[in-house]
Amino acid sequence: MVRADRFRILTGGTGLLAPLALLLIVTVLVQQAWPAIVHFGPGFLTGRVWNPVSLNFAALPYIYGTVASASIALVIAIPVGIGVALFLAEPGQAGLRGAIGIAVELLAAIPSVVYGLWALFVMGPFVFKALETPLNNRFGSFPLFSGTARPTSLFTAGLILAVMVLPTLASISREVIRAVPGGLREASVALGATWWETTWRVILPAARAGIFGAVVLALGRALGETIAVTMTIGNRAQISPALFEPAYTLAAVIANEFTEATAPLHTAALVELGVVLIGVTLTVNLSAQLLLRASADARP
Amino acid sequence: MVPRPELRALAGGGPAKVTIEDAGFFYGRFRALRDVNLEVPEKRVTALIGPSGCGKSTLLRMLNRMYDLVPGGRAEGRVLIDGEDVLRTTRLLELRQRVGMVFQRPSPFPMSIRDNVVFAPRLLGWKRPRIEAAVRESLEGAALWDEVKDRLDEPATGLSGGQQQRLSIARCLAVQPEVILMDEPCSALDPIATLKIEDLIHRLARDYTIVIVTHNMQQAARVADYTAFMLMNAEDRCGELVEVGPTVELFNRPRDRRTEDYITGRFG
Repeated sequence: MVRADRFRILTGGTGLLAPLALLLIVTVLVQQAWPAIVHFGPGFLTGRVWNPVSLNFAALPYIYGTVASASIALVIAIPVGIGVALFLAEPGQAGLRGAIGIAVELLAAIPSVVYGLWALFVMGPFVFKALETPLNNRFGSFPLFSGTARPTSLFTAGLILAVMVLPTLASISREVIRAVPGGLREASVALGATWWETTWRVILPAARAGIFGAVVLALGRALGETIAVTMTIGNRAQISPALFEPAYTLAAVIANEFTEATAPLHTAALVELGVVLIGVTLTVNLSAQLLLRASADARP
Repeated sequence: MVPRPELRALAGGGPAKVTIEDAGFFYGRFRALRDVNLEVPEKRVTALIGPSGCGKSTLLRMLNRMYDLVPGGRAEGRVLIDGEDVLRTTRLLELRQRVGMVFQRPSPFPMSIRDNVVFAPRLLGWKRPRIEAAVRESLEGAALWDEVKDRLDEPATGLSGGQQQRLSIARCLAVQPEVILMDEPCSALDPIATLKIEDLIHRLARDYTIVIVTHNMQQAARVADYTAFMLMNAEDRCGELVEVGPTVELFNRPRDRRTEDYITGRFG
């Protein structure tokens, strides 16, 4: 009796720590950002000007850059990650698959500043030469490829983010795909389905919820990643569909300007960007989950 | 060792639908099955019985090439269905349309009841009206229509275990197979659901050739017209066919002492 109570207090207490921490963080952030919140009102979310000299601050270009770079990362990483996961989840050739699986997981162990360095000095210039410039020259009138291509760009940042979220996506998806009952695969094959048809129509739908969880985790990391993005995105606050031009993210501007912010309103505005970043992450996560629930209802 | 008698189904079994000649199977270097000669009569139920590891599931999986999924698996001999050797065919979709299979665990796909049934017709690229007709026909054929006709678009995972297993049967009836393989179809079910499936097997045998693997001898006695008894050779752990005959004869007057030991429960 006493023991059970003690157990409940212990687990309940530790369980409460997580929401408590979230609450405290948000409270302190909002408190610190309060001067800016009062001063700029909702216009902070829709305005495009960020000027520390005239103390005029608004977040829209950064919100755009954050969402755009994370989206690019996911568009690239989801198919690749699921492909890797499908390969790793296949039976047979355990040695090869094990080695590749470990290599993919080791990608997660590389510090993000190292990713940033590599992207800045190697990947960025390469992509600039091999992909951005030709596309820009040939299809420059198409909005996505328009503007002046640069080695540090929205696309470069999205690409390095894709590499960084790949291990999360691939290893969680692999576990989920492995957890699909083998009987489903057998039943599908026995009905005449090929490997491809079985994967596409049976295995992936069965693993859908879990893969979706992996995507949400990857998205969280892509939205909040700071240093690698700061080093590769070019840090220019603009809203443009041009993939090969620089952009700026919420996390990057906080990291870049925090040490230089002397005016209290500037500091408050930066903290408010932090609040906005949390808001973006929560919104994206919640709407993703609602989407999943809706699609689960519509197509069982 | 007693020399093996020539193992053929007895006369009176009607024309053979499936003829297995000198069939064997390897998992890598391990020989799991050897020298199986068996004729499966058309539109009858043939049961494969025997203790675990005797190769009965392996033999069953040779008939629709399910062993293709096993890395390192290799079959030898011939398995003729209407004269065509399935071990050497390259038209697997057609083979698996002709030879359906029901597994031990019910395996509803994560989709609606309707989509489960029409899974194989869609693979075959049937036109819509034909697919629609197949839904009702197959569910009726599997004695499931009355229970699910009002909830065809609900997820199949919401059905009970027995219903799920009948859905698996409906799923393989949808493409009008000729042979249905069943791999211990009732071993995950309760007695009442088992009874329903057994009734269904009786009814299906009017139109289909059925081969059922079971470790339950009472079940073999209840559903099968013919029974084949298999056993693992103690020396090299390789499965062999010991005896085959009409179920009544095999259970009442087994010719082989090993069969008798097994069916009377003296098997060690």
